[in-house]
Amino acid sequence: MNKVVANADEAIKDIESGMTLMLGGFGLCGIPENCIAALVRKGVNNLTCISNNAGVDDFGIGLLLQKKQVKKMISSYVGENAEFERQLLSGELEVELIPQGTLATRCMASGYGMPAVYLLAGVGTEVAEGKETRNFNGKDYLLEYAFDSDYAIVKAWKGDTMGNLVFKETARNFNPMMAMAGKITIAEVEELVPAGELDPNEIHTPGIYVRHIFQGSNYEKRIEQRTVRKRS
Amino acid sequence: MGLNKEQIAQRIAKELQDGYYVNLGIGIPTLVANYIPEGVNVVLQSENGLLGMGPFPFEGEEDPDLINAGKQTITTLPGSVFFDSAMSFGMIRAGKVDLTVLGAMEVADNGDIANWKIPGKMVKGMGGAMDLVAAAKNIIVAMQHTNPKGESKLLHKCTLPLTGVKCIKKVVTDLGVFDITPDGFRCLEYAPGVTIDEIKAKTAGRLTIADDVKEIAL
Repeated sequence: MNKVVANADEAIKDIESGMTLMLGGFGLCGIPENCIAALVRKGVNNLTCISNNAGVDDFGIGLLLQKKQVKKMISSYVGENAEFERQLLSGELEVELIPQGTLATRCMASGYGMPAVYLLAGVGTEVAEGKETRNFNGKDYLLEYAFDSDYAIVKAWKGDTMGNLVFKETARNFNPMMAMAGKITIAEVEELVPAGELDPNEIHTPGIYVRHIFQGSNYEKRIEQRTVRKRS
Repeated sequence: MGLNKEQIAQRIAKELQDGYYVNLGIGIPTLVANYIPEGVNVVLQSENGLLGMGPFPFEGEEDPDLINAGKQTITTLPGSVFFDSAMSFGMIRAGKVDLTVLGAMEVADNGDIANWKIPGKMVKGMGGAMDLVAAAKNIIVAMQHTNPKGESKLLHKCTLPLTGVKCIKKVVTDLGVFDITPDGFRCLEYAPGVTIDEIKAKTAGRLTIADDVKEIAL
């Protein structure tokens, strides 16, 4: 078993144009910075990206948008990105907006081997259009399908050579369920340790879900909204 | 006249009860955290994966891995816990969150809410709002009573695409406090300096006035 690769370029080398990718992160928190940069370098295009957000103009998925590598975004919230808005309004970019909990749960369903789930979010709204509904205990629910993706790319705090992952604080967000959902999952971590060094009690994502892992470098971890309080 | 944003938040904070798990949306709802009454312990849920949201960090102590759903840097508190987005919306969906406070563009007198999209303009997305309004047991809307053009945001029927149907229980605006009842909006309290006539004139949806209507006390 050898899951460890040298760097992001090696991890993503088999990703091709036209593929569907899941990318972890919430806003700019917990995004796979190294792999996004490698995808920009590789120049693959016509990508469908499943990710809660679309980055900002010059960071995160915004870097892929700048190079027009994305055909379609599947997200819950895409504000804070002028280039995204421009491509959307000009028709260059397709976007499917879905409720955040539905996004998370459709990833989860995929990772748990469930083809679909019934969810309440969006009943009676345009999100429900064209969807099958079923009534349980007097309430209507929407049938929502598990996502099908070629690759999931996630970012963890620590990982080991078996692919086990530990996330930090709110940088966890979508990463664990995307790690479980990818047909092939790539994990970039801040610190890669030998198997045995992570406490098995404290691992968030078991390595069975992870195909390739590497220690990333030069994390910028940009803050979107820097809010502070004064010392009294 | 009427309440300013801080005062709207202050009035909503009086609805908090000891032991509540609360999700506060972006904007005026976030300010509610500044007015939690003495002796009332609530746990703030941030849907990106945190229970026990603390105040903003001191300058120099910002942590990029620790943000709230508005992407602001925050801190934890004793007893805080992190989890993933699926679990976060799982606890919301399962009704474990006692109160949700969020903003709105429009509220209808049957409890419908619209707050995520203006057709023809930039569409940013619904984020977690649809999940929250579909599942929360108790939802309070915090908003201005009228839009910048002076038009009522309390309507008989929403004109914008809906976020959720028949889900809102209470609305607190700069002009007053309103319950949603089978007869439409019911004015329970009015802001200092605001008359019932003004509320009637600025409410487009069905409106009744409670017999014991009173001035908002902050």
